[in-house]
Order: sequence, then structure tokens, then C-alpha cells
Amino acid sequence: MADEDLPISPTRPRPPSGRGDLILTVEDLHVSFPAEQGVVKAVDGVSFEVCENEVLGVVGESGSGKTVTALAMLGLLPRTAKLSGSVRFRDQELLNLEEKELRLVRGAEIAMVFQDALAALNPVYKVGSQIGEAIKVHHPEIRRHELRERVVGLLDLVGIPNPADRADQYPHEYSGGMRQRAMIAMAICNDPDVLIADEPTTALDVTIQAQVLEVMERIQDRTSSAIILITHDLGVVAGLADRVLVMYAGRPAELGDVETLFYRSEHPYTLGLLASLPRLDQDEPDVRLHRIKGQPPSLVFVPPGCPFHPRCDFARLPEPCATQIPELRSLDDPSHVAACHFSEEVREKKPEDLRPVVGS
Amino acid sequence: MLTFVVRRLLYSIPVLLIASVLVFFFVRETTDPLARLKGSGNRDLTLIQRETHRLGLDKPLTTQYGRWLKDFVRFKWGDSLVSGRRVSTDIRDKLRNTLQLIFWGIVASAIIAIAIGVYSAVRQYSALDYTFTGLSFVGLSMPPFWFGLIAIQLLIFVPKETFHLQHPLLYSVGIHSATNHGTLDYVRHLILPVATLSVQLVAGWSRYQRASMLDVMSADYIRTARAKGVPRRVVLFKHALRNALIPLTTIMAIDIGSLFGGLIITETIFGWPGMGKLFFDAINNGDTNVLLPWLMVTAGFIVVFNLLADLLYGVLDPRIRLA
Ligand SMILES: Nc1ncnc2c1ncn2[C@@H]1O[C@H](COP(=O)(O)OP(=O)(O)OP(=O)(O)O)[C@@H](O)[C@H]1O
Ligand code: SF4
Ligand SMILES: [Mg+2]
Repeated sequence: MADEDLPISPTRPRPPSGRGDLILTVEDLHVSFPAEQGVVKAVDGVSFEVCENEVLGVVGESGSGKTVTALAMLGLLPRTAKLSGSVRFRDQELLNLEEKELRLVRGAEIAMVFQDALAALNPVYKVGSQIGEAIKVHHPEIRRHELRERVVGLLDLVGIPNPADRADQYPHEYSGGMRQRAMIAMAICNDPDVLIADEPTTALDVTIQAQVLEVMERIQDRTSSAIILITHDLGVVAGLADRVLVMYAGRPAELGDVETLFYRSEHPYTLGLLASLPRLDQDEPDVRLHRIKGQPPSLVFVPPGCPFHPRCDFARLPEPCATQIPELRSLDDPSHVAACHFSEEVREKKPEDLRPVVGS
Repeated sequence: MLTFVVRRLLYSIPVLLIASVLVFFFVRETTDPLARLKGSGNRDLTLIQRETHRLGLDKPLTTQYGRWLKDFVRFKWGDSLVSGRRVSTDIRDKLRNTLQLIFWGIVASAIIAIAIGVYSAVRQYSALDYTFTGLSFVGLSMPPFWFGLIAIQLLIFVPKETFHLQHPLLYSVGIHSATNHGTLDYVRHLILPVATLSVQLVAGWSRYQRASMLDVMSADYIRTARAKGVPRRVVLFKHALRNALIPLTTIMAIDIGSLFGGLIITETIFGWPGMGKLFFDAINNGDTNVLLPWLMVTAGFIVVFNLLADLLYGVLDPRIRLA
């Protein structure tokens, strides 16, 4: 298929010799919270793998369980959360690890960049000392001046001007983009094997977004860390990710290589997301953007059968879409799976087919 | 920082001036400096007239105010109408005793309240948390004088009689014994009045600290600290407590200002020779020469405590710029 069929072309070449060693495996992860009206099933049976050097994009609307999935991996959910399934990091099962052992993994081997950097930085400590703490906690023997050098070096690496002065400032003295970069510096300071970045660009304006993404790219080039990039921006995914997990209502909707997923979506939700992307490479005035109709579902009363059926253009109702939960399955490529009863049909469509044409 | 302090001190001048007007007219309206003379059966009208003239009471109230203020700011506070001692000396001595009570009261209340608040937040809904909740409601609803009397009964008389002690473990009168000026003796005198003064503060502050700690513990930056691999204890005390103390300082400043009310009761019960007792006696004797400077000094202290609280606030929270 031709390149121009992609909304945004994935420019970065993927590692040629397939994927590196497997480092993180999530299997059948379930997370639920007790709530007043019932049980919130925030994550409902998510599985994926991440290899060294790989960037996995996790995409989905607000409330689809992306952040909860990430927090569950690090044991950072509140005590009220009920968890089941498995999160294996190398040979270690993380879900039943004691807090003490988990502490050694956090920040050193798996690190996380949080969604809202202003809230995620402690307002009463200097940015430099907060980054320094992240290093020191795993390297208690480090000397003071060495620590200081590392911190300033990290701030420089993520593109903060005057890093030595900036290190002594408080988070409220930073701009939004700089705070996000400081968060990234804090997450990469121990050269983690897995870096989870939770919507690192969402709160930022477009130019700053581009700068932060550049930092992410630079980091990706410099380290062999696997990156889990959580976002609801498919454009970001196209630019950075090797593989993509699309989540809907806490469940995996589709998982596959970025190109396959963009060219040959097997799930109507993915197709809808692609059709709602603005295309910069084409300028057809008569093509409007697609909007997925309806609202994301309540996670307490998830629609029966396929959770997407009230919003799906392909749905056959009531049988089978409103009665049978579609299992993840692959058509021909075993690394590409989707949870839809009619994947074969969806695969033949392109995002353009969903776009309303003016005058029609 | 320095400009902040200077500016705040300058701001406090009009505040204190307004306070002086209120205090002066209120005291003059309610208290007659010659009440004792008139009530003592003395029918010598010329004496009363002479005194009235000597004290300037025959002048218009505003003139009296102006004259009083002029003397007051020049520290010419005059003599007590009752004892004849110099008021400035009296207030200085009593203030020293009272400040000891206030200082230890605040220190003890803050430490205990913060400890209880942090524990209750960290072990939310534990048996001890419920116990503290119950106790704090008892503490808040218990009048301090009643607590003081019960404490004297339970901690002094009951042990003394049960164990036939020659000396009680704690004392309920004065700052120190006539023959013993040691530290231990001082502490044994200090405990009960400080406890009486602190009950309500501890009860209120610990509730507040619990709520603010709970609030902070669910903040994003606490999760960040945990995600870095910081040990739980450090997360609690370095990241959470430091932030949770910020709102408490405001409440503390307000409460310390109103502490002087409780002080009067406490000092009267425990015969503590301080400002509270001085006020109590001055009211009883209609001693306006003591009442007026007393009220002004108290107002000055409230202003200073508020300033200190704001400074502390600025130190704890870098987002507040003191300028
Ligand atoms: N501590 C909690 N208690 C109860 N419900 C929670 C809790 N944390 C998250 N949830 C619920 O879990 C669901 C998934 O939330 P999550 O934060 O993972 O969404 P998300 O995909 O990250 O969305 P966004 O794009 O807005 O960040 C939401 O419905 C949310 O309300
Ligand atoms: S299973 Fe049915 S409702 Fe669900 S996505 Fe596929 S076609 Fe749509
Ligand atoms: Mg999120």
C-alpha cells in the first residue's frame, strides 16, 4: 500500500532484526474499584508484551483505563483497587511483590512520567532536588557534587535552558513544557529498562508538544529502554510507536504493529479514531473529519456483548454484537489481534470510508 | 522577606490604632476608675472631685483618649489604681510568666496534635484513629476550667491519698515551690496549666492535621515519590507531612490569638502569676490603668503571632512570595 494512504506516516524505521528480548509481559490484567453504584471495571482483561528497544503505544479515549493499567504495573493504585492477572518483568512477577521489593524496581527498572506534571511534582521542593532524590534513592553512595552534575546534565539532556539555575527553582517557576521535561528527566535518571510515559504531551500546546516529543525521540535513540507511550493522540503514536494497543472501556480492542494497524485496522473503533485524525498531507476541502458517535460507556454498567456496539457503524444488533463478547483473535498475522466479530469486513474498509462527504 | 516584615509591621500600626480606640472607649464606658473610692462609703465629695480632676475624667472623652494615647506610646503607663505599683513593671513581669505558659502550650499542643493527626491519617479507620476521634470531640466540648479542676482532682488529690504521698507528683499552684527552684520543680508546676490550656488546641489541631494529611496523601506528587522508589517513611514525612503542615499554620495563628481568653481561666485556677490573673484582678477592681495597657499589649501580641504565622507559611510554602 502506498505511503500517502497513512494519515501520518510512521517515519522512524523499526529495528530491522525483529524485536529485542522480551522484558515485560502483562497477562489478563483486571483492575476494579468499588464505587457507590457498583464496581468500576477500569481494566478488564488486558494483555500485552514489551520488548527491549520497542515503543508500545497505548491509545484510547479518556477513561479507557490507560493510566490505571500503568499504575497497576508499578503497584501504585490505591488500596481499594482489586487486582488480578499477571505482570512479569524479566523473571519477576510484580503483582504479588512486597512493597519493599517493588520499591527497588520502581524508578530504577521501571519508571513513569506522569500525566499532569504540575500536580505530579512536589510544590515545596526544588526541581533539582526532586530529580536528585530519584537518583539517590537507588544510589545512596553517590557524592553530592556528582549528584548535582548528574541532575544538571539530565536537565540539559531534556532541553531545559540554563539547567544549573533551573535546578534550583521550584516547579511553579517552570513553564508547563519544562515541567513535563523535568518529569521525563526524573524518569530516565536511572536508565530504566521500561519507561512508561502517560500522556507526556496532552496538556501542552502544539509547539511545546513537538519539543517534548523530540526529547522522547532522543531518549529512545540513546537508550535501549522499552517505552510504553500512553496517549489518545494517534498522531503521536504514528511518529513514535512500533506497536499499538488500542483500548476501549478497559478492554483491549486491537493490538498490532503500527503499520498494520494503521493500514489494515480490524476494529471499527481503531478505524473511527483514524478517521477522526486531521490529515495534513492531503487537502481535500470536501472531506470532513469523522466523529465517533455517542459517549464513552460507563465502566460500572458496561454495555453487554461488545462494549462498543452502541457506537459502532458495523454492529449487527442484537445478534451477535449486543449478546456475545468478541474475543481477541487474529486473521492471518498472529501478531495482529482485534476484538470484533466482523474483523474480516472491517479490514476491507479505510478511514476515508467513514468520513462524511459534504453535500451527501 | 525583610521588606515583607517591615511592611507588615507598618500595616499593623493602623490596626493597633483602631484597637486602641475600641479598647479605650469600651473600658471607659464599662469601668469607672473611681468605683472603689465611691463604693467605699466615702462621702467626701471634694475628694472625689479632686480625683476626677486629677485623672482628667472631667475632660471630654476624646481629649482623654488623646492624652492617654500620648502617654501610652511613651511608655508612661502610670501606676495601678489598686496596688500603686508601676503598671509597666507589673505587665513585664506577668508577661514573662505567661509567655512560658503560652510557649510550652503551643509547643506541646503542636507536637501532640501533629503526631495524632499523622497517625490517624496513616492508619485511617484503625481502632486508635477512632479513639482519637472520640477523644477530640470530648476535648473540644470540655470547658478548660472543668478539665483543670478534674485534672487537679485526679492527678493530685487522688494519688496523694491513695499512696499517702508527702508531696504530690504535680503541683496545682504557682510557678515553683517556695524553697525549690529546680527544673524538675518547674516542670511539675507547669504540666497541669499547660495541659489545661492545650486540651482544646490539641483536639482541634489534630482533627485538622488528620484531614490535611489525608488530603495530601492522595496527591499526585505522593504517587510520584512512590514511583521513584522512595521508602514509605520518607514519602510520609518528607513529602506528605511538609505539605500537610502548610494549612495548619493558618489555623494555629488564629487559635493562638484567641488563646488569651483561655489563659485567664487557666491562670486563675492554677494561681499562675501571669497576664490572665492580672486581668482578672484588674477587672474585679476596676483598675483601668492596668486594663488599658493590658488590652493593648495583648492586641500587639496577636499582631505579632499572625506575622510569625505568615512568615512560617512563607518558609513552608515556596509558592507564597513574601514581599
Ligand atoms: N482510584 C480510583 N477509584 C475509582 N475509580 C477510579 C480510580 N482511578 C481510576 N478510576 C476509574 O477508572 C477508569 C479508568 O481511568 P484511567 O485514569 O485509567 O483512564 P485513562 O484512560 O488514563 O483516561 P485519560 O485519558 O483521561 O487519562 C475511569 O473511569 C476512572 O474513573
Ligand atoms: S463486535 Fe460488533 S459492535 Fe463490536 S466492534 Fe465489532 S462490529 Fe462493532
Ligand atoms: Mg490517564
